[in-house]
Amino acid sequence: MAQAFFGGVHPHDMKAATNEKAIEQLAPPAEVVIPMSMHFGAPCTPLVKVGDHVKVGQKIGEFRGLGAPIHASVSGTVKAVEPRPYSMGGNMTSVIIENDFQDELSEEVQAPADPDALTVDEMVEIVKNAGIVGMGGATFPTHVKISGGIGKVDTVIINGAECEPYITGDHRTMLERPEEIIGGATYLAKMFGVDKVIIGVEDNKKNGIDAMNQVIAEKKAPVVVEALRCRYPQGGEKQLCQAITGKQVPPGGLPSNIGCAVFNINTTCAIFRAITEGMPVVRKIVTVSGSGIIEPKNIECPIGTPVSCLLDACGGVKDGTYKLIAGGPMMGMAQYTADIPVAKGTGAILAFCENEEQTVEHPQCIRCGKCVSACPVHLEPLFMYQYASKGMVDELNGAHIMDCMECGACSYVCPARMHLTHMFKTGKQLVKNKAAADKAAAEAKKAAEEKKEAVNK
Amino acid sequence: MTDYKNLKLIATSNPHIRSNETTRSIMLDVIIAMLPALAFAIFNFGLRALTLTAVSVVGCVFWEWLYRKLMKKPQSIGDLSSVVTGMLLAFVCPVQMPYWMIIIGDFFAIVVVKQLFGGIGKNFLNPALAGRAVLLASYAGTMTSWVDPAVNKAAIIGSNADIVTTATPLAIMKTGDFAELLSAHSVGSMFVGTGIPGSLGEVSALALLIGGVYLIWRKVINWQTPVAYIATVAVLTFLFPKQGSGLEWMLYSIFGGGLFLGAFFMATDYATSPVTKKGQLIFGIGCGLFTVLIRYFGSYNEGVCYSIMVMNLFVALIDKYTKPTRFGVVKSDKKEAAAK
Repeated sequence: MAQAFFGGVHPHDMKAATNEKAIEQLAPPAEVVIPMSMHFGAPCTPLVKVGDHVKVGQKIGEFRGLGAPIHASVSGTVKAVEPRPYSMGGNMTSVIIENDFQDELSEEVQAPADPDALTVDEMVEIVKNAGIVGMGGATFPTHVKISGGIGKVDTVIINGAECEPYITGDHRTMLERPEEIIGGATYLAKMFGVDKVIIGVEDNKKNGIDAMNQVIAEKKAPVVVEALRCRYPQGGEKQLCQAITGKQVPPGGLPSNIGCAVFNINTTCAIFRAITEGMPVVRKIVTVSGSGIIEPKNIECPIGTPVSCLLDACGGVKDGTYKLIAGGPMMGMAQYTADIPVAKGTGAILAFCENEEQTVEHPQCIRCGKCVSACPVHLEPLFMYQYASKGMVDELNGAHIMDCMECGACSYVCPARMHLTHMFKTGKQLVKNKAAADKAAAEAKKAAEEKKEAVNK
Repeated sequence: MTDYKNLKLIATSNPHIRSNETTRSIMLDVIIAMLPALAFAIFNFGLRALTLTAVSVVGCVFWEWLYRKLMKKPQSIGDLSSVVTGMLLAFVCPVQMPYWMIIIGDFFAIVVVKQLFGGIGKNFLNPALAGRAVLLASYAGTMTSWVDPAVNKAAIIGSNADIVTTATPLAIMKTGDFAELLSAHSVGSMFVGTGIPGSLGEVSALALLIGGVYLIWRKVINWQTPVAYIATVAVLTFLFPKQGSGLEWMLYSIFGGGLFLGAFFMATDYATSPVTKKGQLIFGIGCGLFTVLIRYFGSYNEGVCYSIMVMNLFVALIDKYTKPTRFGVVKSDKKEAAAK
């Protein structure tokens, strides 16, 4: 078994509520709300206007720069193009499609004649046009990761750690669609020109490992499954690289710096579907769970499905539900409304009605050092908290606050219940503000000097 | 169907779950870990060991409550840390000391050392040890006379006049004949603590070891500090015995005095020890070094209290130089950077 990474915590995985429940197909929603930003990078420009008829798989948003296109997930009529609340907080321009329940497939969706005969460039182009992004939640455009990594990457890793508690979508995918995972992994091996792809899976998913191994044996695929000791945040791509290769990604770097590229299980499935069927990303598997959910489930639904539809499909929420989270309990974002839609990176919707938060009124650090032991990127949260709360920007930089990936391990483990992760988000903003202010000041000074020189001449 | 518009949702930063461990549960674990030593103290010195500990606990909780009340700060006695301090202070005092005296010690520990610096986690000296140091400086006579548990149980003692006092093993090792000590107390009784004179909670290395192992098992403390501390004292006393054979001298040195109490319960105090494991190792070694230096060359028989307090002052420095290596920076990178 691969050795784990440094630090981390071991929360109760809470997966028993859904890990034996097959993925259900949601009854088609009456309308979908598709935000124009479901990826890392600038938002897409909508390509449709009110009244247009769209079909499943039709491109409705085009990206510029870093990003990925967005496609219609149902067929029907565009009802509105307007800002709507979305899972990343605030509002985002969204295309609202009224479902005509015809499920007409767009002409744009064309399966390649012979998927196995495609060249690497053609495959990358297909991935790009299919709007594939990191489906684990980071939503980094996959085609950028592939084209940027070709030639540099010698270790291709499929991320099946699924280390966040509650979430079981990847686990169910391993059990129900192992051939898609292995097929996608085989295409990735071909694109990167490597003879082996490693799937890293935490060992609380033993039947998932068996299911994939069976397919690997049948197809003689260039894939190996590696069981990992459970530990959060193993699914962080830097931690996964460390667990599997023993190497550390340099500060501010990417996995490609140490010859690694990491793809989520469902990203791999999306690659498989895009290459074999020409199907873009229009559906998403979401785990709906938590103490506030009456009947927790794994549900596959069209992208843009309002979260309230998912909650209804699970029997609604219990009285006293005080928190609704898009994503896992460690890194997910708390939502203020159930009107947000499912996006490409939404792996889970959690509702809490019990005392999961366990907040205390006056948290007081006791210097126990547990946060230092828990930090997977070797920071000292207790000192960073002091600097951030006092606005000491230089000290924050010295403590490498920008290395913090906000995984929440320090806050989770803190016996004093300090709001560490929250404070580091604030602290990072302080650092960014200061850097921007310094840059502006330097430019102003330079401009003033140039002006002075010009006058002197 | 649920009406989601009426949900009262709170939107806070991740993470949305927390471990079950709290400051209070940690302090409760420390209290549990001290119970074997307390039980042994009652067995060794009589019921007064219990009443003195109880008075000290009540004193500490009272002073903390009063200070927070007068200063209009949120109450903090619920975290049980003052209970721990009260027990520890009683553990490092002689069993026959007057009750009023330990309440003065409680005051110094809780109000002066802990609360004036901002309360839990903010003090730079171990409160119990600082309280003991003040008592030792103020009431040297009482603080250095030790009842002989073999002769009389302090429980029945009314006044200080009729107790039979005796020299602690460390006092004999400092100024007396080591051979005499060997005949008076076997290594076994030194380890278990039966019939050994000394501070209330320090005499049974065995009971303290049980508590210490419990704390390590519960992940309340790391093994680094106590192991480094005891090992340093063991190695130094083994290599440089003042009398007798190295092995015997070493065993009497580590089982005698408050070494186990200090190593497991005092040097591991969160607020006054380094936060990294590497730092804790250095801290433990430093404590061991100062303990032996004080025992060998100082005017006190016992060095645990002052050695830990001296090392407390080095914590900020140790923390500064034992920062974890930045993630992604490997050793060769560091060398390259240094070469540039």
